[in-house]
Amino acid sequence: MHHKILIYDGTFQGLLTCIFQIYEEKLSDYSIHPEGYNQTDFFANKELVITDLEKSGRVLKRFKEYTSKKAVHRIYRAFLSEIPGVEIQIVEFFRHIFRHKTDLSDDFSYPPILKIAQIDRKVGREKHRMEAFIRFELLKDDIFFTKIAPDFNVLPLILKHFKNRYADQKWIIYDEKRQFGLFYDLKKVVPISLNFENNSKKDPNILHEDEINFQKLWKSYFDSSNIKSRKNTKLHLQHVPKRYWKYLTEKTIIM
Amino acid sequence: MNFDRIKEKLEILADAAKYDVSCSSSGSNRKNTKNGLGDSSGMGICHSYTEDGRCVSLLKILLTNHCIFDCAYCVTRRSNDIKRAAFKVQEVVDLTINFYRRNYIEGLFLSSGIFKDADYTMERLIKVAKKLREEENFNGYIHLKSIPGASDELMREAGLYADRLSVNIEVPTVSGLKLLAPEKKHEDFIKPMEKVKNEIIQFKQEKKFIKSTPKYAPAGQSTQMIVGATGESDRDIMYSANYYYQQYNMKRVYYSGYVPISSDPRLPTITSQVPMLRENRLYQTDWLLRFYGFDIRELLNNHHPNLDLDIDPKLSWALRNQHLFPVNINTADKMMLARVPGLGMRSVYKILQARKYRKLNWEHLKAIGVALNRAKYFIICDSRLWEKKDWTANQIKSKIIKTSSSKFRKDYSTQLNLFDHAS
Repeated sequence: MHHKILIYDGTFQGLLTCIFQIYEEKLSDYSIHPEGYNQTDFFANKELVITDLEKSGRVLKRFKEYTSKKAVHRIYRAFLSEIPGVEIQIVEFFRHIFRHKTDLSDDFSYPPILKIAQIDRKVGREKHRMEAFIRFELLKDDIFFTKIAPDFNVLPLILKHFKNRYADQKWIIYDEKRQFGLFYDLKKVVPISLNFENNSKKDPNILHEDEINFQKLWKSYFDSSNIKSRKNTKLHLQHVPKRYWKYLTEKTIIM
Repeated sequence: MNFDRIKEKLEILADAAKYDVSCSSSGSNRKNTKNGLGDSSGMGICHSYTEDGRCVSLLKILLTNHCIFDCAYCVTRRSNDIKRAAFKVQEVVDLTINFYRRNYIEGLFLSSGIFKDADYTMERLIKVAKKLREEENFNGYIHLKSIPGASDELMREAGLYADRLSVNIEVPTVSGLKLLAPEKKHEDFIKPMEKVKNEIIQFKQEKKFIKSTPKYAPAGQSTQMIVGATGESDRDIMYSANYYYQQYNMKRVYYSGYVPISSDPRLPTITSQVPMLRENRLYQTDWLLRFYGFDIRELLNNHHPNLDLDIDPKLSWALRNQHLFPVNINTADKMMLARVPGLGMRSVYKILQARKYRKLNWEHLKAIGVALNRAKYFIICDSRLWEKKDWTANQIKSKIIKTSSSKFRKDYSTQLNLFDHAS
């Protein structure tokens, strides 16, 4: 049989639909890519898989029968990594479970399962870093605003954290890289997309009048809490890698 | 808000608070209710790190650095010629709320120099916490210092608003305290500790019958000891720590390498190094006690009063107890696996899970992330290749040191000493 390339719409349900199709058509030689993938193999058989909620639901239901919520969560988070090729690892994970019809989701000596667990940890780390390093700026219209560009698509994972925490203030977290954001309007969180031409983060005209003062206070606090005789740059950089400095008020504000 | 004046106070009072190393913001269970501000039911978060590599999770400040005491080790001691300042209660509340809303911090850690007397100071700290909880509907983390000598009534009230309370023992031995802080009494430290412990026990009892019992210091209490200010041994420090863990149900004991801040002849000179490696070894020992099932007497005793600086305390223990090894990775129980050098609790968990499905060999262990350079001398697995030779403890130690690197190497390298003598 020819090598088959399955193209899906980039959603988790889309990937699960691919798994359904792999079983339905008994495929053995295949690869899976999200839309926008430029393939060079002209002889391969390429097919666009239409996301089908009924099919994806059946795959997930069967998987849950053998495993646990924890396993599904681990796979979903690994999926959000958007690492090229993660789809195949996920499919192998599903197949391993379906083949043995028992919960092998902690079988770390099976390479795809260890791989998924490792990616899951990376995504978890990125999620935690966003929860830590996001710095809101208060705008004139009383919205706390921030832009992010995380390595992985963690916005769906951090929603609950920020909603629980900042229930009494309006906020927007905008993922520049993926061009969508979340807006909390004091009642619910809605997805939004923004045009940044007239909404630049560092435009002082849109900031609340006290905003810069509070940023400076924070910077003073940050500097004062350092103990110079214990300076440890290696450890500092290990905790706050340079690629995250752009988020941090204490690293970017000019006094 | 007068930002310039606040900035000045903040600089003085943050600088004075930085020697308190606790930054924990975890272990509480305060959920956001009634659409208020903040939530401290999850894990702790470090929002930034200082250039010395310490976590910044709380706004850690003193209410004032005016103090009636003259403790030699303390930067805010009465006789020290430094700038003094004091926050108003409302100023601390405003700073906390505004920092929290911008996601700078997890909450507030409020300590204070002692002005007038213990109760007067404690009352002020409580006022800040009460205002945050009741007027601002704030559910973030609050850590208050228990002022030595504060009354039972105040300590009871403090726990109703704070997530964590702490008294710093600072000097691990009673004789050391007499030397460095002759005005303070050991009993004054113990009194609020005892009260908080009893309140927490009582809360847990009542909670079983009355669900609406108000929370009392849900993240428990902690304490801190300075390391290297007086001549105490590692054994003195850790036996003392162990006592506080057991006697007062401490959540954490912190160890703070003494940072020279004074030319007082009772203390190490102002040019002496902060004992950071020693501090690190004490924390490792602390972890072995709390998570790895070790008894303090196994790690430190009369024959072995100080920790090795060149190897970690678990490896050091294993080398003294070679008769217990090698351990079979595929059959040993959890507690024994945890005692193998190079195996952390995370690796132990993964091994326990993975070995249900197949026998593990070196490749598996490597993939799981075991530090084989240390572990390989102490384990056997599903392979015929293992260290069959009976190495002596010293041989193993030098082999391991050769294959690892440490930024502290210069602190304990014997070759460097020889070189010094020659010059």
